[in-house]
Order: sequence, then C-alpha cells, then structure tokens
Amino acid sequence: MAEFRRTKLYDLHVARGAKMVPFAGWDMPVQYPMGVLNEHLHTRAHAGLFDVSHMGQVILRGPDVAEALETLVSADILGLAQGRQRYGLFTNAEGGILDDLMIANKGDHLFLVVNAACAEQDIAHLRQLERAGISVEPVTDRGLLALQGPEAEAVLARLVPGAPAMKFMDVAEFDWQGATLWVSRSGYTGEDGFEISIPEAQVVAFAEALLVQPEVAPIGLGARDSLRLEAGMPLYGHDMDASTHPGEAGLGWSIPKARRMGGVRAGGFPGAEVILPELAEGSARSRLGLRPEGRAPIREGVAIFDAPEGGAALGTVCSGGFGPSVGGPVAMAILPAGLTPGATVWAELRGKRLPVTITPLPFHQPSYRR
Amino acid sequence: MLRYTEDHEWLKQDGDEIVVGITAHASEQLGDVVFIELPEVGREVEQGEEIVVIESVKAASDITAPIAGVITAVNEALPDSPGAVNEDPMAAWFFRIKASSVDLSGFMDEAAYNALIG
Repeated sequence: MAEFRRTKLYDLHVARGAKMVPFAGWDMPVQYPMGVLNEHLHTRAHAGLFDVSHMGQVILRGPDVAEALETLVSADILGLAQGRQRYGLFTNAEGGILDDLMIANKGDHLFLVVNAACAEQDIAHLRQLERAGISVEPVTDRGLLALQGPEAEAVLARLVPGAPAMKFMDVAEFDWQGATLWVSRSGYTGEDGFEISIPEAQVVAFAEALLVQPEVAPIGLGARDSLRLEAGMPLYGHDMDASTHPGEAGLGWSIPKARRMGGVRAGGFPGAEVILPELAEGSARSRLGLRPEGRAPIREGVAIFDAPEGGAALGTVCSGGFGPSVGGPVAMAILPAGLTPGATVWAELRGKRLPVTITPLPFHQPSYRR
Repeated sequence: MLRYTEDHEWLKQDGDEIVVGITAHASEQLGDVVFIELPEVGREVEQGEEIVVIESVKAASDITAPIAGVITAVNEALPDSPGAVNEDPMAAWFFRIKASSVDLSGFMDEAAYNALIG
C-alpha cells in the first residue's frame, strides 16, 4: 500500500473533522464538516485557512542567481525587485510546461514555491544550475499556509501588524513569537490574501492562532479547486502540462516583453524557439471559459463539439464543476482560438450534446489589494 | 419497513410501488448536491439500470433502478432544489417504480445496512 506523507497539521485537520484524501503523495484535507460549498462561500465572504504545506519550497542562492534562473523559466527574474514576487513557468525543449511556480526576490536569494506533484522533478531540474555556481536548497523544515478572503488582512494584522502594508505580490519577513514568517501577499483563490511559510515547530500554534479568529474557517482542497476555477486560474496537470504551450494555456501574459522576440533578453529558456513565434503570431488554441446552459456541471474530460449533432471535436474540458459564487456550472477548455465570448459550442455529456457559451475569464472578479 | 441497497438507496414499499431515495450516509459522502436529472415518467427500466444522475460539487454519480419496472412518478421539486438531498435525504425521494410483484425481502434491513456502512 502506498504511504502518504503528512503535513505537521495532519492531527489538526483530523481533530477538526476533515475528510482526508491522497493528493500528490500527501494525505490532505479535501473538506471539513462545513462542506465544500460553504467553505467556498466562507472564503469569498470572510477568510479561509488552507494548509498548503505539501507544496515545494526551494531557495536558490549564488552569484547571478536571477540570470541563472532565467535559463529555465520564461519570466523576468532580472527585473524582479527585492521584496517582490512573480508567477513563472518551467518549460521544456518542445515548448511544453513542466510546472508553474512563484518566484520571490528576497535580496540575497530567490525563494520558489512549486506544485507538490512536480516538486521532486522541479528540484532535479533546478540542480542543472549548480554548474553555474547556484546552490539549490529544498526547504524541508517549514510549513506553508494560505490565508485567503476579504477579511484575511484584518485577521493577519492582529498577529502580524506589518502585514497590511504589503501590496499584491509583495514579500516580506515578520517575527511571530520568535518564529520568522516568510509572507507573500498572494494566493490561488481570486481573493486578497497571504501565503505564509513558517518553521514546522511553530506551524500548529500559528494555525491555531489564526483559527481562533472569528472570521477564519479551515478550508480543504475541494473549495481551493472551485475557488481557483471561478477565478479562471489554471491548475498544473489539468489546464496545462508538458504538452501544452504557454500561449495555449492562456499564460502568454507571464512572459514579459523583455523575453519575447525583439526583447532585450529574448528567449534563453527551453522551448523559446517554439513558444516565442507562437506568442508573436497568436497560438492556434487558447484556454477559454465555458458556461453551460442549465445546471448540469461539465467536468474535466468532457468533449466539446462545434455542432449539436455530428460536427468536429474542438477539445475537451480541462477543469470544470459547480461554481458556488457564480451559482452554476463553470468550466475551462483549450479550444481553437477563433472562438470568441458569446459563441455557442456543445458539450457531450452522457451521450447528449448540451449548449455551452464561451465566456470571458475569470468567472468571478478577483479582489486583490494593489 | 425500510430496505436498503448496496448502492446506498433506501426503498419504501407502497402497495405495488416502491419509493426510492438515497441514505443519509450517501448524502454525506456525496457532499453538496448541485444537480439532479430524473428519469421520464412511464419509462420501463431494468434492474441495475442507471436512471438518475446526481452531481455534487465534487463529483457525478448515478442511482440505479433497484428492481425492474415502470417509473410511475418522480419528485419534480428536486432538480430545482437539489440541496434538499443533503438537508433531509429521507424526505427527498427520487422516483416511484411499479412492478408486477414487489418483494423487498432480498434487500438489507436497517441493521444489515448499518453494518455495511460501519
């Protein structure tokens, strides 16, 4: 039987009635007794606490570390100011996406947060940089929490008075009862919020200190998925993978002008020869939002057609389900780029074709503090 | 007397018809129900045929016909308020099915069902 890793918060999850499920090799809470629907709505209205300790945390250190990382990711790292964070992609030689990640400039080092399922592969990939004199240090003694929602700022301010001064995508360090917190103003829910890396010795106490705040409820992976889906955010392994190019995944925005054709540091990352011309010309497929008519959710794997009968298969749903804040089903699919919002396509569900409207992303407007 | 299937349906005999719903255990496992598709009244169904689609926030699942017969009625209120399945699964019946002879003795009683769900 497979052994699943447990975060330091495992006992806390179980004590609070969480239903635990295997996820990317970890035993993680999918929902608490409140249920996915109410956890989702609670996060949108108040503040939700997510255990994201399964995600990979990595420190990169060394001379010209930003330049070195730019050989593996398509983001602008040299232009990343100290105390700021950016979203980026690891790409492969074929132009596919190996993982998406967050990169923070913390002055004397870069701090990376990568997906749990890809962490091992990402770290092995990063070790190429050792030849350039970069030290790759997986962070194995810290937990990671996400506090998300419109009341996250007021809640965190009670424990960390400096937090409200942070703007969207700022990173900073704060002391909490002798523990150094690595805080970023970011998240993956479409809400204002913070991600907080904390030494494992204090992670339970810190989580408990947040959970006694009246605005805060613990939230599982189920609601994390519906929140990010409504926010139009792609999830690795679903909306992008090693065979999806950044432009197709709707992530061209994460590749800045400096690294595009004609830019000051054009290319220089794996697959640039494939990715950059495609961004310049526009990719043939793109990730689009879908709103089915009626109440039936269309989920990952459902085929999309261009006609109510017969016709051509356009693609398949990469993420889909019920959007509690939208109050109906929502989905995303990578479809031919010619389709524009308002167009109707058909989803084949249980042998029947249902009309679906192409809809701009996100389904739910984010509320970041810029 | 209520009877139960291994698919977590509850069955209640009413003359030559049986009323079918899902158990509290099933409702809990499914989580928040957001969509229900019911069979057409008058449809002839085989035992084990998937005749109801029930979707929660998390996943889609089916409800099967516990016996062969004809669907005589469906709970028309359910598709508009699928959450009723979570609020009161015993009241939220899905369909009634009629057969020439109804014998539920082969299905689990409450004690056997409780043992199944442990």
